[in-house]
Amino acid sequence: MDMMVSRWIDVGALSDIPRRGARVVRTPMGCIAVFRTEADEVFALDDRCPHKGGPLSQGIVHGRSVTCPLHNWVIDLASGEASGPDEGRVAAVPLRCEDGRLLLDLAHMASRAA
Amino acid sequence: MSAPRQKLVVVGNGMAAGRVVEELVTKSPGLYDITIFGAEPRVNYDRIMLSPVLSGEKEYDDIVIHDDAWYERHGVTLLKGRLVTAIDRTDKKVVSADGTALAYDKLLIATGSSPFVLPVPGADLPEVLTYRDQGDVEKMLRAAEKGGHAVVIGGGLLGLEAAAGLRARGMEVTVLHLMPTLMERQLDPSAGYLLERAVEARGIHVITHANTKAILGDGHVTAVRLEDGRDLPADLVVMAAGIRPNATLAKDAGLAVNRGVVVDDAMGTDDPDIFAVGECVEHRGVCYGLVAPLYEMAKVLAARLAGDGTAAYSGMAISTKLKVTGINLFSAGDFAEGEGREEIVLRDPARNVYRRLILAENRIIGTVLYGDTSDSAWFFQLLKDGSDVSDLRDTLIFGPAYAGGSPLDPTAAVAALPAEAEICGCNGVCKGTIVSAISEGGHATVDAVRSHTKASGSCGSCTGLVEQLLELTLGAAFQRNAIQPICGCSDLGHDEVRRLIVAHDLRSMPAVMQELGWKTSCGCAKCRPALNYYLLAAWPGDYEDDSQSRFINERVHANIQKDGTYSVVPRMWGGMTTPAELRAIADVAEKFAIPSVKVTGGQRIDLLGVKKEDLPGVWADLNAAGMVSGHAYGKSLRTVKTCVGTDWCRFGTQDSTGLGIRLEKFLWGSWTPHKVKLAVSGCPRNCAEATCKDFGVICVDSGYELHFAGAAGMHIKGTEVLCSVSSEDEVIEYCAALVQLYREQARYLERIYKWAARVGVDVVRAQIVEDHDKRKALFARFVTSQKFSQQDPWAERAQGRDAHEFKPLATLSLEDVA
Repeated sequence: MDMMVSRWIDVGALSDIPRRGARVVRTPMGCIAVFRTEADEVFALDDRCPHKGGPLSQGIVHGRSVTCPLHNWVIDLASGEASGPDEGRVAAVPLRCEDGRLLLDLAHMASRAA
Repeated sequence: MSAPRQKLVVVGNGMAAGRVVEELVTKSPGLYDITIFGAEPRVNYDRIMLSPVLSGEKEYDDIVIHDDAWYERHGVTLLKGRLVTAIDRTDKKVVSADGTALAYDKLLIATGSSPFVLPVPGADLPEVLTYRDQGDVEKMLRAAEKGGHAVVIGGGLLGLEAAAGLRARGMEVTVLHLMPTLMERQLDPSAGYLLERAVEARGIHVITHANTKAILGDGHVTAVRLEDGRDLPADLVVMAAGIRPNATLAKDAGLAVNRGVVVDDAMGTDDPDIFAVGECVEHRGVCYGLVAPLYEMAKVLAARLAGDGTAAYSGMAISTKLKVTGINLFSAGDFAEGEGREEIVLRDPARNVYRRLILAENRIIGTVLYGDTSDSAWFFQLLKDGSDVSDLRDTLIFGPAYAGGSPLDPTAAVAALPAEAEICGCNGVCKGTIVSAISEGGHATVDAVRSHTKASGSCGSCTGLVEQLLELTLGAAFQRNAIQPICGCSDLGHDEVRRLIVAHDLRSMPAVMQELGWKTSCGCAKCRPALNYYLLAAWPGDYEDDSQSRFINERVHANIQKDGTYSVVPRMWGGMTTPAELRAIADVAEKFAIPSVKVTGGQRIDLLGVKKEDLPGVWADLNAAGMVSGHAYGKSLRTVKTCVGTDWCRFGTQDSTGLGIRLEKFLWGSWTPHKVKLAVSGCPRNCAEATCKDFGVICVDSGYELHFAGAAGMHIKGTEVLCSVSSEDEVIEYCAALVQLYREQARYLERIYKWAARVGVDVVRAQIVEDHDKRKALFARFVTSQKFSQQDPWAERAQGRDAHEFKPLATLSLEDVA
């Protein structure tokens, strides 16, 4: 049984990310894209498009989606699912915003490393 | 004989404290012996109504909540103008600034909040005020009597109300706001745009992105200086940049304090005899600044103090209204978009109405209303109750009047109009004229009706009405215009959007989305880059580029590669380079371990595989050797290929290299609908391959043959001949005029050859070659636009601009993650 205890680590401030933009958190297990929407919601996904591995952090953020810069797949930020006719899914990473600070759940990362 | 009454001491006499005391004395009279310390020399008054007092719509007396007689009637002692300076928790007493000491059994801290004063030079000058209490209002009124300029720092609720009040008192008012849109915490950008327009319409000047650097003046305020160097004349400055909870007293007494005094759901602090309510508290991590939650807290605490052990405050949905006469806006709840969330947007550009509801699982979770807020209470109630709105869904956005009714026939309103009703206000065309043009004249499309009657031919805002008349008159025979919409966010095509941006003087993306009735709140990856370009092309020097609406290559000024690295192509003017430049390129490639160095088809050198975070360093080194961005990544001028011409070639007829360099230096940096490639060949042997470029020059003995609309990509197309000219200056003029015409007419992502085929090669030629005035005007507009576009983007970024683009947010090590 996969029992995980959350372990939140501070990766920066909400204000470090432009609205309708994204930044990258580097980890030994690969990069994580952290998104901020127009409405100040935040999401984290593996920074790899399910299509050809494009860096989603470099895409245009609109509504609650990002368009991959390589071949224009549109990925839902909350679920990591490709939209429209495209099929695929990228892993979402638990992320919280508290008092303007962004916290990633590292337990999630460690479980993937194992 | 009953036990002596418990002594309740209240520190602070604002609205929250007043409400606690009122609840206590009316619901449980005689329970406590109550003494209030008020720092202000006044009774309890309605602070949120200070704005009408400032504007002159009300008097101070109108907003008093409890007058002196009230305190007397209820046996409450009010000590006015008495600031409490310490709480002695051991002896259970409070001490005020004048030395008064008073013992308590229960203590209520309701010290409210203080305006945040920007720590800029000059903030201590006498004419720099805050906007918090009646004393501030009185000071502002005295200042306003002298007239002059007022600068309000902060475009939130308070700042805008202060600005409207001072304007109503006759001052020239400027509002400075740090963020791109007003009240961005309560409003989405569309509503923020409408608000800004309404505020401007009452003569208040709004400057967004305004970072205050200093307040100038020797003893008295004379001006406010912005970070960008602008000085704004000022006789009065009002700081309305936010509030901070007043928690120092509690903190000094050793109570738990974060941002505010920490309270539990019963409004208790970590001392069982001390409570706190209002803006000074922090409840479940939230500090409040609006009255509704403060009153709710007051109610809970009064119940607790009266012995009800179950009363609890658990946070609440809050709503915002702006109290400026004539401006109606309302927002509540969570108005972010998202999966599982749907939005219903209603825009009525003509009436400046914007309504947006955000639904999740068939319940309203957020709403923004602008212009017509008459239904705000109904929406807010549905939100607070979490009511299922499935049954109301079709007509929900129209409010309670239509709740649950059958959807309206969209043509019913037009059908009901009399024949003499005016449809097109710009050209004075009435319904009867249009209907007869359709039924008798046989005009069956919007375009045909437009060219025959002129209806919808000017501003275009009645296009929808004309379509409805076609539908009414022709029935099923009417086929809607087959214009390809720009994207799913709009029904308008590219040409219509471009035309309306200019016709309606739309100068920002929220303005376009509101006035043209966008169906989404913030667009998509298709329309945003197009709108950004159209706005940039329409308003050079005025529109501020929205980098978040640009494709990554243009956002970071390099080309993204399949592995997420970037390629860098420095400009080599006309394909010429020097040993020093080549040496610098070689050094950069080695220093940053750039894996590939490639010669491009455009006579330049491409450095491939550069890591994103190395880009600023690479650019700095290339800049140091005199090289600038080659814009190989942009919808802009790419390269000007040349041959060596009369410099070296035995067949050369003109200085093709020099001309190519001149063209490139003239055109670089301009943004265009798609990429633009040029070439200049020194003789008809055409070694620079000028006849498959967007614009090409073939030098001949007698001068220059100009070509355009070629392509050598997915499609191969030889150029069309534009004309022949005899001087280099003419080449520059004709070329720049053609590029400007393309910039103004083409659709985003339409190459020159496609645009020319669509509008007609002859039509283009006539405008550039035959119409001399038009060519010169186009040339002049291109020159104007270039004034704002010829800064090397690499140099700006090597010096630190957009640094966030090139650095990871964080780098986690194995230990962090393990």
